[in-house]
Amino acid sequence: MTHSALSRVRPARFSRGAGSIGRFLIALLRSPQSAAGTVIVLFFLALALFGAQIAPYRANDQSNPPRHPPTAAPLERLRRVWDDPGRLFETETYRPGPYPFGTDTLGRDVFSRVILGTSSIFRVAGFGTLIAVVIGTFLGLFAGYQGGLVDEIITRVFDALLAMPALLLALVILGIIRNVETEPGSFQAALADNAVLLVIALVYVPIVARVVRSSTLEVKTRAFVQAAQIRGESWGYILFREIFPSVIPALVVEASLRFSYAIFLVASLGFLGVAARPPSPDWGLMVNENRGGYYQLAPWALEYPAAAIALLVIGVNLMSDGIRRAVQRSE
Amino acid sequence: MSRFLARRLLFLIFTLFLTTVIVFLLTRVLPGDVARVLLGRDASPAAVEAKREELGLNDPLVVQYVNWAVDFVRGDWGQTFASPRQDIRAIVTERLVNSGRLAFLTLLIALPLAITLGVIAGLTEGKLSDSVISVLSLSVVSLPEFVTGLFLINTVALRWRDNPIADALGWFPASSAVRPDLSFREALPALWLPAIAATLVLMAYIVRLVRAGVIEELKKDYVRTAVLKGLPYRTVIVKHVLRNALIPTVTVIATSSGWLISGMVVIESVFSYPGLGRLLINTAINNRDLPLIQAIVAVTVVIILLANFTADLLYALLNPRIRLE
Amino acid sequence: MDHNTPILAVDDLTISYRVGRRWLRAVHDIHLRVQAGEIVGLVGESGSGKSTVATGVMRFLPPNGRIEPGSRIALLGDELAGRSRREMQRVWGARMAFVPQNPATALNPSLKVGEQIAEIVRHHQGLDRRAARAQAVAALRRVNLADAARLANRYPHELSGGMQQRVAIAMALSTSPQLLVLDEPTTSLDVTTEAVILDLIRTLIAEEGAGAIYVTHNLGVVAQLCNRVTVLYAGEIMEEAPVRALFERPLHPYTIGLIQSMPRLGQTKDRATLPTIPGLPPPLAEMPAGCVFEPRCPLAIPICRTKPPLDAPDGERRVRCHRWGEIARGEVTLQTSVEDGVEAPAGSRPGLLRVDGLTKHFPVRRSLKQILRGTRPRPVRAVDGVNLSIQRGKTLGLVGESGSGKTTLARVIIGLEERTAGTITLLGADVSGTVRDRARETLAQLQMVFQNPQDSLNPYLTVGQALSRPLIRLAGMSREQAAAEARRLLEAVNLSADYAHRYPGELSGGEKQRVAIARAFASNPALILCDEPVSSLDVSVQAAVLNLLARLQAERDTSYLFISHDLAVVGYLADYLAVMYLGELFEVGYAAELFHPPYHPYTEALISAIPQPDPDRPTTRVRLTDDIPSPRNIPTGCRFHTRCPRKIGAICETEAPPWRDGGDEHYIKCHIPLDELAALQRGVAVDDGA
Repeated sequence: MTHSALSRVRPARFSRGAGSIGRFLIALLRSPQSAAGTVIVLFFLALALFGAQIAPYRANDQSNPPRHPPTAAPLERLRRVWDDPGRLFETETYRPGPYPFGTDTLGRDVFSRVILGTSSIFRVAGFGTLIAVVIGTFLGLFAGYQGGLVDEIITRVFDALLAMPALLLALVILGIIRNVETEPGSFQAALADNAVLLVIALVYVPIVARVVRSSTLEVKTRAFVQAAQIRGESWGYILFREIFPSVIPALVVEASLRFSYAIFLVASLGFLGVAARPPSPDWGLMVNENRGGYYQLAPWALEYPAAAIALLVIGVNLMSDGIRRAVQRSE
Repeated sequence: MSRFLARRLLFLIFTLFLTTVIVFLLTRVLPGDVARVLLGRDASPAAVEAKREELGLNDPLVVQYVNWAVDFVRGDWGQTFASPRQDIRAIVTERLVNSGRLAFLTLLIALPLAITLGVIAGLTEGKLSDSVISVLSLSVVSLPEFVTGLFLINTVALRWRDNPIADALGWFPASSAVRPDLSFREALPALWLPAIAATLVLMAYIVRLVRAGVIEELKKDYVRTAVLKGLPYRTVIVKHVLRNALIPTVTVIATSSGWLISGMVVIESVFSYPGLGRLLINTAINNRDLPLIQAIVAVTVVIILLANFTADLLYALLNPRIRLE
Repeated sequence: MDHNTPILAVDDLTISYRVGRRWLRAVHDIHLRVQAGEIVGLVGESGSGKSTVATGVMRFLPPNGRIEPGSRIALLGDELAGRSRREMQRVWGARMAFVPQNPATALNPSLKVGEQIAEIVRHHQGLDRRAARAQAVAALRRVNLADAARLANRYPHELSGGMQQRVAIAMALSTSPQLLVLDEPTTSLDVTTEAVILDLIRTLIAEEGAGAIYVTHNLGVVAQLCNRVTVLYAGEIMEEAPVRALFERPLHPYTIGLIQSMPRLGQTKDRATLPTIPGLPPPLAEMPAGCVFEPRCPLAIPICRTKPPLDAPDGERRVRCHRWGEIARGEVTLQTSVEDGVEAPAGSRPGLLRVDGLTKHFPVRRSLKQILRGTRPRPVRAVDGVNLSIQRGKTLGLVGESGSGKTTLARVIIGLEERTAGTITLLGADVSGTVRDRARETLAQLQMVFQNPQDSLNPYLTVGQALSRPLIRLAGMSREQAAAEARRLLEAVNLSADYAHRYPGELSGGEKQRVAIARAFASNPALILCDEPVSSLDVSVQAAVLNLLARLQAERDTSYLFISHDLAVVGYLADYLAVMYLGELFEVGYAAELFHPPYHPYTEALISAIPQPDPDRPTTRVRLTDDIPSPRNIPTGCRFHTRCPRKIGAICETEAPPWRDGGDEHYIKCHIPLDELAALQRGVAVDDGA
């Protein structure tokens, strides 16, 4: 129910200039959940950027003792209590040691590998999402504004592509091209090296395009777009100056959602063994590699990367949930 | 009605065509000779050529695709590339039955639970019960299936491994050996754990959608009308709000079919459950067995589209606003 | 029960809303009496708190609203203010019923309408299913719905807007409640449908002997329907009076301004500008300490900085003004900025725009059956062979119900839609194509003002940017020149130049529409198409915008094609009028002529449907009870015959009527000769206020 009296409460809605970004950030950080999410994401982002300086060992340094248990005292204690609640009252003390997350069966430092894995997941998920957003935005704006046959074709093709779950499509494509031999340094090799990133972009283009298209369809019926048409404005001006700004809120929400799914997807593909190749320090791959000897050998080598994935995805999800609410509020 | 069905059917065929063409092109156009992969590096050129001829790889692409498509529709899905060459249709069907059992059990647990929780959260928006349900479902939906799966193995299967009762019942084995000749009842013990993992993921997804649907519906004008009729709260909710809020969940179930299938690919892999997903990863993709990949993709797409189709139909039947002419 | 007990007695009602951490008073010190058989109008502009009072009386406030202690709401002597929700459930629907503003959203979309009524009687009167259903059908029959039994099995979306509102009224009356609260129930309806619904409400309330509160912003509706009126402003009662007394002798400056700012049928721009109320209502958080109307009141004196009491001039009236005595005695009169009207250029002027045989059909998608059979569906014939011309500096008014094709016609002329047939000539040059085919000079000559001010301006561009763009593009100015000219334009539409830096989100509806008008004038066009430019504005704001349009036209010698469903508004601004129905024109003539018989029967119906702010208006009424047919399925012969109250026989169904010349460029398309029409319509003449 709208109460017209309430519309008078705020005499002026806030302007949509540069100040709106600040207001958006305030709205985002006001809720504890999304603030926590943002902090988690920023923390991992810092690891991604400066991981090489922080990590005590290199990713494939096998000179350490294999299967060394973790020495991160509080975490390890937590883990043991989880394994056996009876240990809650144990007085055994753990001293911080050189391998906070332990070492795997090959003697690689899990702590370093987790840190070093951050950058690849951010790079692949981040740039994959970015490419999907850019291409999807263009296609969505174009199809939505143009309408007619062009729109019909684009929409139908995308609908058809969306019938395949993203993971399945990515899995099949990566699975097929995985063993393709390429000449080092060639264009194909560059493509192959970035296959996961490109596949992420590919599977998300239709989704982004669909969101942008429906937003465009809604905006283009508004009178200010017609006023621009009446002025004889060019197609590009109408798309990017008149329509695009109104699409941004929906786009920001979708992009943040896509980014969180992309991380999810990269981790899952890594786990399924079609993304990164050993011995790279990919989180999903680390979980997969250490799964076989799970019971006896080095459970920590699996648990810490899995926990890192969970923490990052929850962080990104909390943040994107907050972004969605902040955008809705500033609408 | 006939128009609706015809449009849907056309779209189904178009989608099937497009997805199979994509997979087909991927498998044929990319560099790398399938025959050589099959025979190994040391095979003689003559042998490779013979193999190519045998597999029909020397025909033009269009011919290859049409041959494949016609055979597929006829029910002849060909044989696997990898030796021993097996009949694809037989193994895909077998694995499909296994996956179907798992999916069925998952839906059986997840749907009622998720809808109930979603409705509770939606009706109590902003209150404690909503916060608890929402935060939990956000966290669970955040976790990749393999993390959830491994967690369950760790906390349930390994803990209960030595429990005599669970052992006697055969419950919660960490890896599930299900043979197709087992009945659903017999297979049930092995299904529990993967089904719970799939349930968690799927449920969180549905809870969020149902919650959003209920909240949106509560804001509608007709709810005020119903309240101002003096009807009791229960009647307003059950008769007016839920009727409208739950009709769209039919569609949710369909959209979740894609979610469920991709989740199951991972979960089958975690639990070593012999379903279609595991067949895809362990056999088809590892061996780069192109006809097998293609058959699995086609079958999956058909299943998803049929689910969507059924949902559209149900939605149209339940929703008086959509008239089927 | 003592028959003197009023149905509803509201005293000292104060309602607050929580905004952030503060509780802000939305309505304050409200008193209402509703007697049996009486309809009390609650009038006010947006933000006046009228809906808050209505929902407060129903005890149905949103979660952030509360009724302050000390408020009393008595329904036939039973105090409702302190009751719990559970107790209210026995009152709602049984003793007190609500008729919502928008029936399309207020009915449950997935329940049959019969059941939506039946469930009320089942619940409150304990009837079984069959009896309840029978009662539901009877309720539908009472609101004049034909074939009620079959209708009860329909879903809301299968009914037209007017039928939906009848269902909502039937629903409210099904239990014979003592009080009916109607919240702008006709605002979303066409004026012809509105008239029918108002008749229905009037009859039913009289029959039932119930009391009713009718919330509206439309003084005309109040004059036609209500027995007593309460005028609200900024959450307070300004004045309360029997309807006749209020319109004859308003005592509060706000009421006077409100009544005067509404254009009457027959009032024209060349006689006088419309009186306006300057300024805007205060925001909730910044209520003046004294009289809430003081900042906008032309009669304000220093004492008005203190709160005036709610005085009672006589037993029937109340007024909250320090100076009502002086007003009543005629010692002060309200000089609301009335100026001389604009001077219209006399006589015939050179032609500017000619439209010949303009036709727009929208194709309908073929169904599978039609594809198989090779047949094509009938197109939507939105505009069908329209001829019209506009002279330089003049206004052509175009009226008709929604669905008559007025907007489509404008969109074809402006070039947003491609025409199906016909030609458009501007200043002798053919401009029949769409905007894409038109030269820059042509684009500059034709501009448009849109209906919805919320939609007209891009929320992400400043007002200055919005105004500069057409100046740069169409008038060929440099950026600096455009910025300077934009400021001049703002001043021309009575906005200060610093608005250039604001975003549309910071403007009120009226201000946005002024900016939209400034934008249309930027390229100095010869013709501006105005598509219902004031229909979403409050009365006092509407008057100011109409004045502005009239002044700019006189200053710049611009022509208007002015589209509206409101004959009074069109009549005020237009020199020449065209009446449109189902894609065709049915009557054209000078505005002064058109309001006198003979009229086309459709025009006659439109005129008698308009709720005029005059309780003593002659009651000869023509009503259109049916809904407008779909433009996909246009009736044969005369398109209006399905609804025509003056249909003469088979000829109307088979033959298209001829244009009849009424002299002085007045033409009517009807089978009835004009002198016969005039004789039939003598009683419906409009007092043009001369």
